Amino acid sequence: MPAAACPIGRACLFTFGCTLLFTLTGCDGPQSTLSPAGTGAARILTLFWWMAGFAFVIWLIVFGIAVYASRPKRSSHSANASRWLIIGGGAIFPTVVLTLLLVFGFRLMADLRTTEGADLRIAVTGERWWWRVRYLGQKDQSTELANEIRLPLGKRIEFILDSPDVIHSFWIPSLGGKVDMIPGRINKLVLEPTRVGVFRGVCAEYCGTSHALMNFKVVVMQAEDFEDWLATQAEPAAAPRSALARQGKKGFFANGCSACHTIRGTSADGEIGPDLTHVGSRLSLGADILPTTPEAFRRWIAHTEEIKPGVKMPSFGMLPDEQLQAMAAYLSGLQ
Amino acid sequence: MSENTEDSEITVRPELRELPERRESLWLLILGPLIWSAHFLLSYITAAVWCAKVAGRTGSLSCARLAIAVFTLLALSGIGLTAWGAWRRHKYGRATVPHDLNTAADRHRFLGFATLLLCGLSFVGTAYVALGIVFFQSCE
Ligand code: HEC
Ligand SMILES: [Cu+2]
Repeated sequence: MPAAACPIGRACLFTFGCTLLFTLTGCDGPQSTLSPAGTGAARILTLFWWMAGFAFVIWLIVFGIAVYASRPKRSSHSANASRWLIIGGGAIFPTVVLTLLLVFGFRLMADLRTTEGADLRIAVTGERWWWRVRYLGQKDQSTELANEIRLPLGKRIEFILDSPDVIHSFWIPSLGGKVDMIPGRINKLVLEPTRVGVFRGVCAEYCGTSHALMNFKVVVMQAEDFEDWLATQAEPAAAPRSALARQGKKGFFANGCSACHTIRGTSADGEIGPDLTHVGSRLSLGADILPTTPEAFRRWIAHTEEIKPGVKMPSFGMLPDEQLQAMAAYLSGLQ
Repeated sequence: MSENTEDSEITVRPELRELPERRESLWLLILGPLIWSAHFLLSYITAAVWCAKVAGRTGSLSCARLAIAVFTLLALSGIGLTAWGAWRRHKYGRATVPHDLNTAADRHRFLGFATLLLCGLSFVGTAYVALGIVFFQSCE
């Protein structure tokens, strides 16, 4: 602690303040509400600081009163003054503060939810335990992807959220508030990223065994880069290049993976699991629990249940290792 | 401190025995919170039915807001009236809080005072419920 070496009190305080500030900047990270990267998160953070500040002031007042009450030389107060302290401090003041907070919160909520003027619409479905992501284009064309969301910087993006069976909650702490995905309902959320970077989204409502293993990467890109990326993602899958990958493609169909997975440009059109057309280009595998290296693919296919308990995909650990490796080569090559 | 001068009066003047608490009426006590909860339910049901059957998912709350505004006015006046009655009970005779004597008159005052406090709470609660429609115009 450098503060101890300070000769003057004020300098100590300053150093302490700075240390605290640097500690707080340590609360940075891909999933921190304290370093917002979106307009929604920034406004919620402002509200948080106001509330934290006020809570601190109230804490000081309460302790001040407690200290005052336990002072050695006590004299009695008039009954009237005490009554007004209790009515004022115990009923009127909290009511006024709560009213202000409620009004602020309602206005914030109304603002954060207006979907008017959205530049892009993305439908996200919470599945057990992964995310189905559809970029909705003009008319009814759409591009289905999974487990990763990329967004253009500075644009207003409307999210259309739902779930087929259980309640999930969609939350990208760095960008904005969280919204539940409720079966039979469509909830909406608008996010507006203000900073380029890689962030993390989570499921914020317990949804079953692997709830904690249901996350996703969020990449905020420059608008032009985003357009290029989306155009690439909309294309059909690349043909396997190496002999191993070609063998892997055969294995993919021979083992029935295509019944659950879609790979656009091939005959695989299963709808049960995530779209794998460009799975090799993602930053993570299995809803942000593994990297996308060939080795990680092999592990995922062979030990699915161990990696993600309760997963709705059978483990294929019984397959010979060369077949697993071949499929891993094929899938990681789907850039 | 309660004074019990008028309590001794009761023993002298039989008509004062006819305070409602002789007949154990507690209804007034919960009237405020009852109105609050009725208002809450009515407001939510109105908005839900309006959005599900009339306006649609993205429709405007228009008429539902008006209806809730009317409910709110009615509820707040109901709570206000209850509070006024409670205030009169609280002020019965000349005693001040806490109304904690074991006499009919003090029970009368006590129930009045408790009702008054609950009415205060219900008033704020009802107003908070209604505040929603000030800021939300659409069903979304
Ligand atoms: C019964 C349907 C089913 C079959 C058959 C199936 N999968 Fe899956 N697969 C799923 C589901 C569901 C998930 C999502 C699991 C999760 O993350 O909770 C998944 C996830 C994956 C992922 C991760 C995708 C991502 O976005 O990170 C890969 C890779 C994968 N499967 C490959 C395969 C391969 C290879 C086969 C064949 C050997 C196969 N799957 C067979 C249902 C299936
Ligand atoms: Cu969950």
